[in-house]
Amino acid sequence: MHLAYPVVLSALLFCTGLYGVLARRNAILVLMSVELMLNAVNLNLVAFDVWLSKAAEETLRSGQALTLFTITIAAAEIGIGLAIVLAVHRNRGTADIDRLRDTAERPERSEKAEASA
Amino acid sequence: MSPTAAVALAATYQHPALAAVETRGFLSPAGVEIAFLLVGLVTLGAAIVTVTTRQLVHAALWLVVALGGLAVEYLLLTAEFIAWVQVLIYVGSVVVLLLFGLMLTRAPIGRSPDADSGNRWAALTVAVAAAAALVWVVVDAFRTTWIDLDVPAAGSTRTTGESLFQNWVLPFEALSVLLLAALVGAIVLSRKAKPEPVEPKPSTPATGSAPATGSAPTTGSGPTIGSAPTIGSAPAPAPAPAEAPAAPAAADAPDPSEGGVR
Amino acid sequence: MTTTTLAVLVPVLPFLGAAAGLLLGRTAPGFVRPLAVLPTLAAFVLAVLVAVRQGGDRPVEAATQLTPTGSVPIDLALYIDGFAALVAVVVGLVATCVQIYSTGYLRDDPRYPSYAALVSLFTSAMLLVVYSGDLMVLLVGWEIMGICSYFLVGHYWETAEARAASLKAFLVTKLGDVPFLIGLFALASDAGSFRLTRILDTVADGGLDHPTPIALLLLAGVAGKSAQFPLHTWLPDAMAGPTPVSALIHAATMVAAGVYFVARLLPVFTASAAALVVLAVMAAVTMAGSALAALAQDDIKRVLAYSTIGQLGYMTGALAVGDRGAAVFHLISHGAFKALLFLAAGVIIHAAGTNSLAAMSRMSNLRARVPDAYWTMTVALLALAAIPPFSGFFSKESVLGAAESAAEGHAASAGHVPGAAGWTVLVAGLLTALLTTAYATRLWLRAFRGQGDEAPDHGRQPLSMTVVLWVLAVPSLALGGFAYGTLPDWFDGDDLAPTLTTSVLGTGLALTGGIVTYAAWRYTTALARTPLGAVAAHPEADAATVEAEAIASHEPAYGDVASAPDPTDPSRVLLGRLHRHAAVGFHLDAVYTALFVRPVLSGARLVRFLDREVVDTYVRGAGALPRLLGAAVRRAQTGNVQTYVSALLAGTVVLVVAALLVATGA
Repeated sequence: MHLAYPVVLSALLFCTGLYGVLARRNAILVLMSVELMLNAVNLNLVAFDVWLSKAAEETLRSGQALTLFTITIAAAEIGIGLAIVLAVHRNRGTADIDRLRDTAERPERSEKAEASA
Repeated sequence: MSPTAAVALAATYQHPALAAVETRGFLSPAGVEIAFLLVGLVTLGAAIVTVTTRQLVHAALWLVVALGGLAVEYLLLTAEFIAWVQVLIYVGSVVVLLLFGLMLTRAPIGRSPDADSGNRWAALTVAVAAAAALVWVVVDAFRTTWIDLDVPAAGSTRTTGESLFQNWVLPFEALSVLLLAALVGAIVLSRKAKPEPVEPKPSTPATGSAPATGSAPTTGSGPTIGSAPTIGSAPAPAPAPAEAPAAPAAADAPDPSEGGVR
Repeated sequence: MTTTTLAVLVPVLPFLGAAAGLLLGRTAPGFVRPLAVLPTLAAFVLAVLVAVRQGGDRPVEAATQLTPTGSVPIDLALYIDGFAALVAVVVGLVATCVQIYSTGYLRDDPRYPSYAALVSLFTSAMLLVVYSGDLMVLLVGWEIMGICSYFLVGHYWETAEARAASLKAFLVTKLGDVPFLIGLFALASDAGSFRLTRILDTVADGGLDHPTPIALLLLAGVAGKSAQFPLHTWLPDAMAGPTPVSALIHAATMVAAGVYFVARLLPVFTASAAALVVLAVMAAVTMAGSALAALAQDDIKRVLAYSTIGQLGYMTGALAVGDRGAAVFHLISHGAFKALLFLAAGVIIHAAGTNSLAAMSRMSNLRARVPDAYWTMTVALLALAAIPPFSGFFSKESVLGAAESAAEGHAASAGHVPGAAGWTVLVAGLLTALLTTAYATRLWLRAFRGQGDEAPDHGRQPLSMTVVLWVLAVPSLALGGFAYGTLPDWFDGDDLAPTLTTSVLGTGLALTGGIVTYAAWRYTTALARTPLGAVAAHPEADAATVEAEAIASHEPAYGDVASAPDPTDPSRVLLGRLHRHAAVGFHLDAVYTALFVRPVLSGARLVRFLDREVVDTYVRGAGALPRLLGAAVRRAQTGNVQTYVSALLAGTVVLVVAALLVATGA
C-alpha cells in the first residue's frame, strides 16, 4: 500500500481537528477536536510502524507502543479537560470559550485612566 | 523535516524488496488500498461533520463514526491490537465522557446557531493553509514509498504485548503514575470549593471515606471516575447517606437536580 | 580652664542647648525651659569670664585646622580682642534676658520648644561670629543667623504678614550675602588666608590689591544684615515676629553682626576712601530717612524697628569716619536700651491688647497697668533720645565727636578719612538726633498719656517678663557714664568722652525735638477725637497670642500695616505732607516691587508659559506616537484564546513554509 494514503489522511484529519479547535465555541467541542488531532497523530504512528516493521528489532515497535501511550494520555487529558470545563461552567455559568475573556484589555476604562493621568 | 530530507530518510529505510517492486504505479491500487481509501473518505467526512455540525450531540456521534473509521484503518494496516484499544477506549469511554460533559454543561439539544465562534474564517484559513503545507510536504516526501502488508501481522496482540513488556516497561509504569495523577487531579478539580458540613455524626465519614473513593473506578477508565458515577447517584442521594459526604467525588456535580432535569 | 577653652564653650553651650531642646522638645516638655535658659545663661557667665581674663590686653588667639582645604586654608580660629569680648558679653546678656522673658511671653505657645531652640541657635551663631578669627567660620555663623531669623520671624506663620515678612527677611539678607561671599573670596585671595590676623597684617602692609571693590562687596552684605539703606526694608516687616525675637535681632544679634564685622575689618575699609564715602552716605541716608519714617509709624514695634535702623546708621557713620571704638560703644549701649525697649513694648502690647499707637492713645491710665514697663521704657527712650546722663548720650556723642574730628580733618585713628564723610555723618547725625527725640517723645506720649476709656486690666504681668526689664534698665541708665572712661582701654585707645560742641549741639537739638513734639501733641489732643481702636480677640491669653492677633488685625482695622488714619497723631502736624510717604517707608517697597518683583514675576509667567505651551507640546508630541501604537497593539489583546492560538498557528505555518522554501532552495 502506498504510504501516502495513510499519511495524507492523517494530515487532513489533523487539520480538520485544527479547524475545530480554532472555530468551535463550546469547550467540549474543542475537546472533541483535540481528540481528532490526537487520532491523526496515532494514525501516522501506526502507518510508519507498519512501514518499518521489517526493522522491528531496531525500532522496538515504537510506533505501536507510542500509539498506546498516546491513547492513554488522551484519555487522561479528556478527563482533566472535562473536569476543568465543568469547574468553569460551575463558576461562570458558561462553557463558551470566547466568553472567557478576563485577560482582555478593557478599552473604555483604560482610556479614562489615561485621560485622568 | 524538509521534503528532501524525508525522502532521504525513506530511502535509508527502504527495504530491498520494496526497492524491487518500485515499478508499481501510483494509481494502481490493490484491494486493500481501495478499502483504505473508502474508509478514509468516510472517516474524513465524519470528522469534518464533527467540527462543523451545529448540533452538539450529533458532533459527538459523528466523532464515534470518525474514531471507528480510524479503528478500521488500523485493522487494514494490520495493527489489530491498536484497533481494538481504539474502539474500547475512544468509542467506549471517551465519547461517552464527552456526552456526559455536554449534558452537564447544559448543551442545547437541536441546532444551536452559535456553535461556531466568530473566529471561523481565520480558523478556516489557518487550517486550509496548514493542510496544504502538510499534504504538500508528505506527498512530496513519500512519493515513492510503499508499505509491504504481506509480512506476518505486525500489530497482533502477542507482538505488541511482547514489545510493550520487554522494551517499554518503564514508560508503561510511568504512564500509570500519570494516570493516577490525572485521576487525583480530576477529582480535585471537580469537587466543590467549600464542602459544607452536612454530616452531624462525626464517626461515619472516618470509616467510609477510603472505601468510597476506592470503589468508584469500577465504572470505566480512570479519569472518568470524577464525574461518571456522580451522575448515576445524583438523582438518588438517599440510598447512600453515609457515603455521600464521605466521597469528595460526589460533590463535583454542579447540582444534583441539574442532572435530573437533563 | 584656659581662656581659650572658656571662649570655645561660649558658642558651643547654646548650640548644645538648641540641639537638646530640639531633640527633647516633644518627649520631655519639662526640660525645655531649663534647656533654653541655662545654656544661654552659662554662656553669658563664661563670656563675662572671658572678658575679665582678656581685660582689654593682647588678643586671645587660638587656631586649629581640621582638614586641608586647598590653596586658601580654613582654620577653626578664635580671635578675641576687646571688641569681641565686650560684644559677646552684650550678646550673652541680651540673649539671656530674651530667653527668660520668652518663658513668660510664650507661656502657652505650643511651638515654644522649637522657638527656644532656635533662639539658642541664633545666640550660638552670633557668638560664633563674635569670637571667630576666621572669615569662613564667621560666615557659617552669619548664615545660620540668616536661617534662624527666617524661622523666628515666621513664628506666627498662621498670619500672612509673618509668612511674607520671614520670606522677605531671608531673601533680602541673602541678596546682600551673595556679594558678601564674593567679597570674602576676593579678600581671602588677596590676603592668601581667611584668618583675621593675616588679613589685617596684609592690609597694614598695604598688600591689598583691590581694596575698593572688596570693601564695596562686603558692604552689600553688611547693609543686608545690618539693615542699612537700601537693603533695610526687611527689618520693619520683621516686626511680624514675636517681640522677644525682635529684641534679640535688633539688640544683640543679626543687625549687630554687620556693624561688628565692619568694625573687625575696619582697616580693609579705611584702605579705600571711596568705600568710606559710600559708607558715610549710606549711614546718612539711613539714619535721616529711618527717623522720618519712625515718626510716622503707628505700630509701636515698627517705630522701634525704624529707630534701630537709625541707630545702626549712627554706628555705620562712626565706622565711616574710621572710629570703630565709637561704633562698638554705641552698639553696646544700643544693645542694652533697644532690648529693653522691645521687651517693654511686648509688655505694653500684651496689656493694651493692641500694637497700634493710635489705639493706645485712646486708653487712659495704661501706664498704671504696667508700671515696670512704664518706668523702664521711659529710661530706655531717654537713652535712645541721647539725653544726658543716660547711656545713649555718651555713645552717640562719641559718634558725633568722631564725625566732627573727621570733618575737621584731625581724626585720631585714621588720618585718611575723607572730610566729606565726616561732614555727611555729622550733619545727618545732628538732624537725626532731633528726629530721634521727636519720635521717642511721640511714642511715649501716645502710649502712656492717652485719654479716653480706661485701659483694660489683665492683672500683673508675669514676673519673668518684668524682672528682665529692670535688669536691662541698669545698663541703659548707667553704662555710658561709667564706661566712656574705661572703654578706650579695651578698644583702640581713642578717647570716647563727649566733646563740648557736639554735646551742646546734639542735646540742644534733642530737646528741641522733644519740645516741638510735645507742643504738637498738645495741639492735636485738643482736636476732636474720632473713635478708633481694635484690640486682640483674646486679651486674657498669653502675650504671644495677643501679639499675633494684634499684628493680624492691624491691617483690617486701620487699612495699613504701618500707619493708622488718625488725625490726632502729632506726626501729621510735624511732617505735613511728608507723613504719607514716611509712613510707607518712602515707597521703597513699591520701588522694589516695580523694579524687581514685577519683572521677576512676569519672567516667571513667561517661563511657565514656555514650559506649559511650548516645551510640553514637544513632550506631548513625543508621547503621542507611542500612545497610538500602544492603542493599536492593545486591540490585539481581545482575551479570546482562540484568536491567540489562530495567530500562533498561522505564524507557525508561515514559518514552516518559509523554512521549507529555504531548505529546498526554492
